[in-house]
Order: sequence, then structure tokens, then C-alpha cells
Amino acid sequence: MNVEMISILSAGIAIGLGAIGPGIGEGIAVAGAMDALARQPEATGTITRTLFVGLAMIETMAIYCLVIALLLLFANPYVHA
Amino acid sequence: MAEKTSLINAPIVFHIGPVPIGLEVLTTWVIMAVLVGVAWYGSRRLSVTRPGRFQVVLEMAVGFLGDLIRDVMGAEPDTFLPLIGTLFLYIVTCNLSPLLPGVKPPTASFETTGALGLIVFCTVHILGVRRRGLVGYLRTYLQPTVIFLPLNVLGELTRTFALMVRLAGNIMSHELTIAVIIGLVGLLVPIPFMALSILVGLVQAYIFTILAAVFIGGAMGTIEKA
Repeated sequence: MNVEMISILSAGIAIGLGAIGPGIGEGIAVAGAMDALARQPEATGTITRTLFVGLAMIETMAIYCLVIALLLLFANPYVHA
Repeated sequence: MAEKTSLINAPIVFHIGPVPIGLEVLTTWVIMAVLVGVAWYGSRRLSVTRPGRFQVVLEMAVGFLGDLIRDVMGAEPDTFLPLIGTLFLYIVTCNLSPLLPGVKPPTASFETTGALGLIVFCTVHILGVRRRGLVGYLRTYLQPTVIFLPLNVLGELTRTFALMVRLAGNIMSHELTIAVIIGLVGLLVPIPFMALSILVGLVQAYIFTILAAVFIGGAMGTIEKA
């Protein structure tokens, strides 16, 4: 196993594992928002806006993993081609 | 090697003296010129009694941004509308620019979003100090107790970093997804993903704007500190 192979493998592992947590978190958040919408349809605007901001916060974790994966694949400092 | 790193490093178009001008900087200049031109053209003949079609569109945009600021910050939008509105319009135009063939969105690179994040970062502190005074503003970092000082400082830095990475990461990853799908199947199949990229671009611009408004409002004390 050389550096390239390890980089590619770890990029896959990084985004794969890193997507699990935000996936579960976003599911819980959307479920909560749906619940709130069903109870109070008149608060749609506030709930939607807060949901979007919260989803963006949660999604940031997955985006961090994605950036790490992309860096490993395309801008790896340890690979000298 | 140049081919390999082209995802992160922009291709150089030309040089002004010793300064290399990348493709994204050029795109940024064109977008700036377009936005200024549209605003100048639209506000050239404003009329209260007989507004033209273009004026109505511009008024809708300004009204939307004003409502957004009023809802999120709980303050009158006059002070913040120029900054927040410009951020939103610029990011929306950048995010939608790849719909034109051959254009790479400037917001897909970390330099652009880093600059935008730095603008928000500086504005937060300047407005916070101006509103509460230096001592009063620094005291907010000691809330609720002194032990929270490192956490507050760290939170201040990481949230700006997250603001930058979120926008660039989302746009860049979507560009990459479309590139991969085009490489795999080519005709017609990428079109739904391109349509999705419109939604992603609008939502990300909205989120960046709302978060900027929340940060500024938090520093000024018009809303609870986020």
C-alpha cells in the first residue's frame, strides 16, 4: 500500500462515515419540523427559516468531511506526482 | 500536475504586472459589473406614480431582503440592508452563474468565500463595538461566566470558518457531482442535477445571508447571541 492508495481509501472512508451522523441528525431535525408544522401550520415561515439554518449547521459536518476527502484526492500534500 | 490541482487552483487568465489574475477573479469582476449595471439601469428613472416593470422587480427584491432582515434581526433594515442585501445578491448571482456554459462560479473557491466570511467577521466586531462600546462588547465574551471566555472566542472563529467552508464546499461539491455525471453518462441525464444546483445555489445564498444577519444581530444585541 503506497500513499496514493491509502489516500483514496481514506477519502472514501472519511465521506462515508462522515455522512452518517449528519444524515441521522437532519432526519431528526426534519421530523421535528414536520411535527411542529402539523401542530401549528400558521407558524410555517418561522419554522421553515429556522429549519433551513439548522440544517445548514448540521450539514456543515458532512461538508467538512467532503472537503477533507476532496483535499486527499485532488490536493494531497503528501503525494508528489 | 496542473490538471490534477485544477479543482482547487483556478487557471490563470492573464497577468497585471506581477499579479496573476485567475479565471474566478475575472468572473467576479464581470458579476460585479453586471450587478452595478443592472442596479444603475433599474434606478435610473424611478417613479412613484407610474413604476415601470423593472422598478417593480427591484422593489420586490429590496422588500424581500428588508423583510428577511426585519424577521431575523428584529431591527429596522435601514442600516443593514446595503451589506446584507449586497451579500445575498452577489452570492445568488455567483451561485447561478454556472448555468451559463463555460462559467465556473467564484463561490466554488475558498478564496472568494473566505473574503466574504472576513467581511462578515469584521462587520460583526465593528458594529458590536460601535453599538455597545469597547468594554461593553468585550464583556459579552465573559457571558455567562469567565470560564466561557475560551469557548466564546473559539466559537467566534469556528463559526466564521464554517460560514466560509459551507458555501464553498456546497457549491464546489455540486459542480464536481455534475462533472462526474457528465463524465459517466453525458447527454440529458445531468439536467435534473443541474436543476437541483439552482435550488442548492439559492438555498446556500439564503443561508449565508441569514447567518450573517444572525451573527451581526447577535453582536449588536438586537437578538439573542447565536
